[in-house]
This record gives sequence, C-alpha cells and structure tokens, in this order.
Amino acid sequence: MSEAATLHREPAETPLTPESWGKLGMWIFLCGDAMTFGTLIVTFGIMRIAAADWPVPAEVLGINLTAFMTFLLICSSVTMVLALSGIKRGNMQEFRKFMLLTILGGAFFLACQAYEWTHLIHQGVTISANKFGSPVFGDTFYIMTGFHGMHVFGGVVYLIVMLVGGLTGRITQANASVVEIAGLYWHFVDLVWILIFTFVYLL
Amino acid sequence: MADTAAHNEAHAEPNYLAVFGWLFVLTVVEVGIIYLPIPQLMIAAGLVLLASVKAALVAIYFMHLKFEKVVIWWIAIIPAILCVFLILMLIPELA
Repeated sequence: MSEAATLHREPAETPLTPESWGKLGMWIFLCGDAMTFGTLIVTFGIMRIAAADWPVPAEVLGINLTAFMTFLLICSSVTMVLALSGIKRGNMQEFRKFMLLTILGGAFFLACQAYEWTHLIHQGVTISANKFGSPVFGDTFYIMTGFHGMHVFGGVVYLIVMLVGGLTGRITQANASVVEIAGLYWHFVDLVWILIFTFVYLL
Repeated sequence: MADTAAHNEAHAEPNYLAVFGWLFVLTVVEVGIIYLPIPQLMIAAGLVLLASVKAALVAIYFMHLKFEKVVIWWIAIIPAILCVFLILMLIPELA
C-alpha cells in the first residue's frame, strides 16, 4: 500500500454523490431558507397565541384576493414545470412561452401584493400599529409576507435571466439542468406561500 | 406494476395537470373550511393537514423529490423536523 496509490485513487461514489452538484447546492440553500421561514412562522404562531386581542384574519385581510394570489403561484409552478419539460425535449419555443407565462404569473402576484399592502396601510394596519387589535398582527404580517415577496421578486429576476439565456442561446437542451435548479427555487417560493396563506390568512 | 413502469422510464414526467387540479381543489376546500360552523380547533387541524398535503404535493411532484436520492429527502425534511423542535421548545413560553 504505497502512498501514491492512495493519492491517485478515484473517489468512490457514495450515497452522497449527487447527480448534479448544482442541484444539491440549491437544495442546501433552500434547506437554510426553509429554516428562516419556519422560524418566522413558528414565532408568529407563538406570539399570536400569546396575544389577547388578535383580530380574526379573515375580517381584516382580503381572503378572495389572496386566494387568487395562491392560484396565480400554483399556475406559475405548473408553467415552470412545463417550461422545463419543453427545454428537456429541446423544444425552445415551448420553453420560452411557458417561461414568459411563469414570469408574468410572478409579476402579477407582486402587483396584487402591492395593492394588498397599500389597501391595508390605508385601513390602519401598519408595521407598528393596528386599528383592529394587537400591533404584533401588522408587525408579523408585513415581515412574513414581505420576506416572501422579496423571494418572489428575486425569483422573477432569476427566471428573467433564464429566459434571456434561452433567447440568446446560452441555455439549451444541453444545460437544461440550470432551468431545473431555477425551478426548484420557484416551487419552493410557491410552497412557502401555501403555508403563509394557510397560517396567516386562514387560520 | 405502475411503480415498475415508472422506474423503467427514468424521465417519465408526473401528471402535472393532475397535481395542479389537486392543489386547486385543496385550496378551495381550505378557503371553504374556515366558514364552516365547527369548533375552531377542528378548523385549525383541518387547515394544518391540508396545507401539509399541498406543500408535500409541490415538493414531491414539482420539485421532483419523487425521483431524488435519499440524501435530498433528508435535506428537505430537516427544516420540518427543526420547526417541530422549535414549537416544542417555545410552548413553555406560553404558560
């Protein structure tokens, strides 16, 4: 057993060896991001139970608008998987079409959120005060939906980069995995919204 | 049998539109459930269950967790485990 032999040995494939290091990296990032969101949601829940005058969310927040926003994000997740499916088969036209729809879905979501926030601020719910009860309600609401909204904004920028890559020919069937990785991020943002919609708006 | 077929075609795509249909239906149920004349605790339990199912659907089908190795499953499940831990740690604060 010489030293050279050990040095030149190929690393064995372990269960930890991923198909794609980029994909593994994105999953690890999302794991950390999920912990941040998880902490925000759990502490929100604890503060909510502890607060005496917590308003009924459905009476303060617009459930119809946010249910529609949920629908938008679910739709944009579907168009995202269809865009990936297109580029994997080398159908760039399909990729561009569905990618554009995904971006529009995200942008429309942000527009709805801007409208919702403006409306709530006019109604007297701000980050430090709340006409309807506990001020922590406004506080936690803006921090959680704001942090999520920033993720949607980042996601829209990320997806625009993917679309431009597809238009300029930098992203093709050969490196479709970068689209899959972008998709992971986008679906995660959708998944978090499903949880926020349930815990902040409905519960 | 269906399972074997799915394994043979490594790149077989899940039926995305069916997943979309389920997510849509579950969202409608979620919004409807909050107006039901049943105890608040039952509504809360129902909502948590429905949200978990929806989140799992997105992760398993859209994020392709279904086709991933065990290590990715662990990475995905760790935040959930830590959240349960955090809840248990914070419950004494309420007393």
